[in-house]
Amino acid sequence: MKPVVLLDFWASPFGQRCRIALAEKGVEYEYREENIMGNKSPLLLESNPVYKKIPVLIHDGKPVCESLIIVQYIDEVWPDRAPLLPADPYARAQARFWADFVDKKVRPPYADASHVFDSSPLRITTVFDGIDFPFHECATKLWQLNGDAQAAAKEEFIEILKLLEGELGDKKYFSGDAFGFVDIALVPFVCRFYTYETCAGFSIEAAAPKVVSWGKRCMERESVANALSDPHKIYEAVKVYRKRIGIE
Amino acid sequence: MDPPSSLKLLGSWADSHTHRVQLALKLKGLEFEYQEEDAINPSPALLLHNPVYKKVPVLLHNDRPVVESVVILQYIDETWSDNPIMPADPFERAVARFWCHFAEDKLAPAVGAVFSSSGEGQKTAVDQVHDNLKLLERELRDGAFKGKRFFGGDKIGLLDIVLGCGSYWLAVFEEVMEVKLVDPGTFPVFHAWLKDFEEQNEVKETIPAIDKLLEYARGIRQMMLSLSNGTSTTASATAGTTSAINVAVDGSSG
Repeated sequence: MKPVVLLDFWASPFGQRCRIALAEKGVEYEYREENIMGNKSPLLLESNPVYKKIPVLIHDGKPVCESLIIVQYIDEVWPDRAPLLPADPYARAQARFWADFVDKKVRPPYADASHVFDSSPLRITTVFDGIDFPFHECATKLWQLNGDAQAAAKEEFIEILKLLEGELGDKKYFSGDAFGFVDIALVPFVCRFYTYETCAGFSIEAAAPKVVSWGKRCMERESVANALSDPHKIYEAVKVYRKRIGIE
Repeated sequence: MDPPSSLKLLGSWADSHTHRVQLALKLKGLEFEYQEEDAINPSPALLLHNPVYKKVPVLLHNDRPVVESVVILQYIDETWSDNPIMPADPFERAVARFWCHFAEDKLAPAVGAVFSSSGEGQKTAVDQVHDNLKLLERELRDGAFKGKRFFGGDKIGLLDIVLGCGSYWLAVFEEVMEVKLVDPGTFPVFHAWLKDFEEQNEVKETIPAIDKLLEYARGIRQMMLSLSNGTSTTASATAGTTSAINVAVDGSSG
């Protein structure tokens, strides 16, 4: 086994965060695709016994779990190049806050939201069990639901986008001129924008034009372009799923 | 010598996330002003400084707000480097952060569920707490924290603060709900750690007296039971109860 191994799944935005961070730092690693639809590998189960989910970074045999923790670890182990967090403690606190906001709002829950989905026939965590993103996330509700529930999810999502738009402002990246932690936390969701817009019938550009421009700027970085999935590939996968659960 | 700085903490007396910040500030020997916030009626200052979540705790350092308790703890540690609460080694830092995440993501909601449920639901919730404690016990006994007095080593660190400020609810709920959550026979290492943690001077100065917490918990439980049997149905009572539960218990105060 190489010194740096990433257990991952091609479509996982959380895995993509790690891939971007490793690329920004120029760290060589072995990428291992986990078959999250089938049996989880013994290595995954051994490396992440608490959650049994990807991504997991294994560095010199030691596992690190949870994507934002992995990104901070990468930043701290290779501090001599491409710093991902600002040097100033207050700026770091802001970056950690907004990255945590993305995790709280773009992936699930609120206890009540997950409770709603627990007994729902639409719950698909059994299918996508290996991914580090339970599907009852706000954004996922956009393509997972129909009718009034979807409309409500759309309103909530637009609110989240507007908050991000406000925080970004006219800056090049979320922390200023340097690409970093908050950008890495959020950018993998950009390749899902097309899916959200098409399923829920709205324009993200209309709601958050600065975020959309920021997304395009990030895509000009090789680390991001190589990590993110093709938006159409994501949409096709989602369409198949929507048919299967009977809402398309 | 650093110039004098002004520190102010917006918090709630029964909120475990507020206690985390108070404890960290005490461990660092930092003076701070404290402002008590009512979860149901947040002050203009709270709304101004935490517009996204509108919740405690909020640490103001020279009038600049830092929000989210684990973010605040790391900010304190990075700004005042004496008596570090984070490990120096990146892998140990990742491990500490992971178990903090586990505490907020799994353990706290499970403990909250014990309090807000009854009957079969409560039994399931108790089982979940036990499952989560088993994971911690294993890590203390054989894993990353084997042989250590505290999660932080010889001294209290980030993970002790995060787990410890909240674990006192276990004893409170055991009494109010009449369930057994931390059996010393089943979780000997965790139990020993918790007792040791609670004996530390700074911890004793931070955590409210158990009888106050018991009274508070009993009050909320009464409100919940009266809501569920329809004797009190006003929107503000429901909101108040939900807020109070969230603030006290399951970590959704930030």
